Amino acid sequence: MPPVFGVLFDGLAYGMLLFLLSVGLSVTLGMMNFVNLAHCSFAMLGGYVTVTLMNALGWPFLATLPVAFVAAAAASVVLEDVFFRRFYRASDLEQCLLTIGVVFVSIAAAAYIYGTDQQPLQLPAYLRGSFVFAGLNFAAYRLFLIAVAVLITIALIAGIEATRFGAQVRAAVNNQRMARGLGINVDMLFAITFALGSGLAGLGGALAVAMVGLDPSFAFTYLIYVLIVVSVGGLGSIAGSFAAAMVLGVSDIAGKYYVPAMGSVLIYLVMIVLLMWRPLGLFGRR
Amino acid sequence: MTDQALAAPRDYLQAQIRWQWGEVAFWLATLLPFVLTPSYLVLASQIAITALFALSLDLILGFCGIVSLGHAAYFGVGAYTAGLLSKWGFGEPLSGLVLAALAAGIFGYLTSFIIARFRHLALIMLTLGLALLLQEIANSASWLTGGSDGLQGIHTWPIFGRFRFDLYGYTAYGYSLALLFVVFLVARRLIHSPFGLALRGIRENATRMPAIGAATRGHIRTIYTIAAAIAGIAGALLAQTTETVSLEVSGFQRSADVLVMLILGGTGRLYGGLIGAAVYMIARDQFSGLNPQYWYFWIGLILIAVVMLLPKGILGGLSLLTPRAKEKP
Amino acid sequence: MSEIALSARGLYKSFGSLVVASDIELTLPAGARYALIGPNGAGKTTLINLMTGMLRPDAGRIALDGADITALPPEQRVKRGLVRTFQINALFPHLTALESVTLAVCERTRAVRTWWRKVSAYRHEIDEAYDILAALSLTAVCHRPTRELAYGQQRLLEIALAMATRPKVLLLDEPAAGVPREDSAELFNAIAGLSREITVLFIEHDMELVFRFASRVIVLVGGRVLVEGTPHEIASDPQVRAVYLGRAMGKIAHG
Repeated sequence: MPPVFGVLFDGLAYGMLLFLLSVGLSVTLGMMNFVNLAHCSFAMLGGYVTVTLMNALGWPFLATLPVAFVAAAAASVVLEDVFFRRFYRASDLEQCLLTIGVVFVSIAAAAYIYGTDQQPLQLPAYLRGSFVFAGLNFAAYRLFLIAVAVLITIALIAGIEATRFGAQVRAAVNNQRMARGLGINVDMLFAITFALGSGLAGLGGALAVAMVGLDPSFAFTYLIYVLIVVSVGGLGSIAGSFAAAMVLGVSDIAGKYYVPAMGSVLIYLVMIVLLMWRPLGLFGRR
Repeated sequence: MTDQALAAPRDYLQAQIRWQWGEVAFWLATLLPFVLTPSYLVLASQIAITALFALSLDLILGFCGIVSLGHAAYFGVGAYTAGLLSKWGFGEPLSGLVLAALAAGIFGYLTSFIIARFRHLALIMLTLGLALLLQEIANSASWLTGGSDGLQGIHTWPIFGRFRFDLYGYTAYGYSLALLFVVFLVARRLIHSPFGLALRGIRENATRMPAIGAATRGHIRTIYTIAAAIAGIAGALLAQTTETVSLEVSGFQRSADVLVMLILGGTGRLYGGLIGAAVYMIARDQFSGLNPQYWYFWIGLILIAVVMLLPKGILGGLSLLTPRAKEKP
Repeated sequence: MSEIALSARGLYKSFGSLVVASDIELTLPAGARYALIGPNGAGKTTLINLMTGMLRPDAGRIALDGADITALPPEQRVKRGLVRTFQINALFPHLTALESVTLAVCERTRAVRTWWRKVSAYRHEIDEAYDILAALSLTAVCHRPTRELAYGQQRLLEIALAMATRPKVLLLDEPAAGVPREDSAELFNAIAGLSREITVLFIEHDMELVFRFASRVIVLVGGRVLVEGTPHEIASDPQVRAVYLGRAMGKIAHG
């Protein structure tokens, strides 16, 4: 079997991870236009929660995942209430700077507590190794990642399309003023969505450790990728985030496999070209 | 309408831009390191270079409202241009500066066509993407740039054939300071020209500008090119005075740092970048014993504090204390 | 010089299934004073946006002084003399009134192209700006930042900015919007004082203004022109009454 399928599989898994990391930011950006560059700090938090619970307290891997979600969501609620809330109507620049400040603090805190080395993570036996199918190697963890991401995507779509909460979210993303006029408590809606989005990022961070590693620079490195996914996919669009994450995941893996000398040049070029063609993102509307 | 009444508005505008004693004092103070703290001249030259870079960002950010997370790209182009020129055997500093400015300016001009068309998140991402792209290319083209090892073999000739770059930094600081001052004068002139007024118009209300017949995109392209050229000069200065060029010259860290400095000092006042650079770099030097992680912890906190409490930076805070002081530099 | 200052033929614009302008025909003779009225959401500001180039029509043509301007960007139309004011103030908050108007004048004279001479050296531009402000009685506050001006003064500054571009056709979008009765005398005088060489189309809800200044009224409903005529014809038109005027017209007719 040509390696292209292996590359596609890895790209798919990576793309799913990027989707989990990005979807929360896309929806909250689309709803409130709040540029939250600290989004991946929540992801990083989730990663460190998982690592701490497993290494220091001996928890099983799967049990740490919901905790990572909740911890990141809780942290986001605190930050939103204390700092971010005052800046919803502020300029892009102020929002960038405020959240960059939070990123700096989070990276420094992580380095202080955990040091700058990669965090070791021992996956449970059933998630290690790989399956061989039709002559191809499918890493068990990547399958697991894809499965989790698909389940969450289905849950998200179901939630957005079929519940009242989801309908309100869609309305608020589409036209905030109108939504308020209809009596929707947009501020509360946003706080909940922000928490959910950050929680998902935390979960993504926890899942990322075994795939791409974890150290304090995670908050910055993956911020770049998440921003690319969000801006290319379109603010407020789950489908857009999904599509962009897939494209980015596969291109990145493919680029590094086939043209390693080019490094990330391909990604940045693709982003620039796509943004110029569709400045509001592939599925963006505003 | 008598001549007397007519003379008033012109004079008022003229008075706004006269050199104030604070400015004169500032520039005289920049000469102090030569006498007071000669052991810190190397740091002083670094500050002057960074201040120049911050000034170039202020032109597009503070005066025109363009949020760029990738301004270091042009700094990097200037640095590599001057570095390569020297490495290939032509280490004359002033011509290196001119060529660096030209290269960075051309790159700025080309990218300005992209930049001028977008706003908000797309703009931020494009500036970031362009800088990251440049850095990746510099990394990949290690045969040219030295990659992660950095550019080796730079040797800067004496200025005018007479002023050699000494270990103590006298020449370096004099050179950097002179350039900072000259460029500052040009920038000051620009800001107080009708074009400068148009830039502020774009910053204040970009939507209104076409409605008064302004070619907004053309204005943005012009200032962006100028700012890129100035950033290139700063990069070249760094290459020439330190005789090294590493990959991080166009990195995100550099773009973010200069943004922090500018906010700290206050945007849109020309001196904000200079003061912010001085404060930031002196502080960083004082705390250089600290692990760099801890430095970013405090910078992060300060950034949050500044945005929440003192959004116009140090200069903005000062102008609140002295309500009689005229607003413009 | 054409006798028709501004004309629109068959303008059509939709956002998906929402049609905001349909089959709009408009002819403004030179020097005319026309009013554009209609209920909220009728598409009046949209029409202004279409004519000034802020929106591109899906179909139709716009001609200024006989020349087709449909493909021109907004700033080009301004340079040719088609200028508008905004219903919600679109001013420069931190620029002073004098600086704002001087900027508009400098854009017109292309003085903005120079960046090596101080603004204060441009005597003619500053003087002209000052004169415009004087005509609108704003000289007392000309050195204050725009955000410190009273709302009525800001509305006047809106007009000052438009005047600085030496318009041939002026589109005023609800010039008296939000200005209390007591302060609107200045505004009315400014509009009355507009030279007859300028063609004016203004959107207004204030019927007193319409009756005072307009020689002809166009009624826009749901993106279409319902009817066109003199103010009195419109006042007595049953369709218009039914759709829009009702009580307000009754008041004017009897008052």
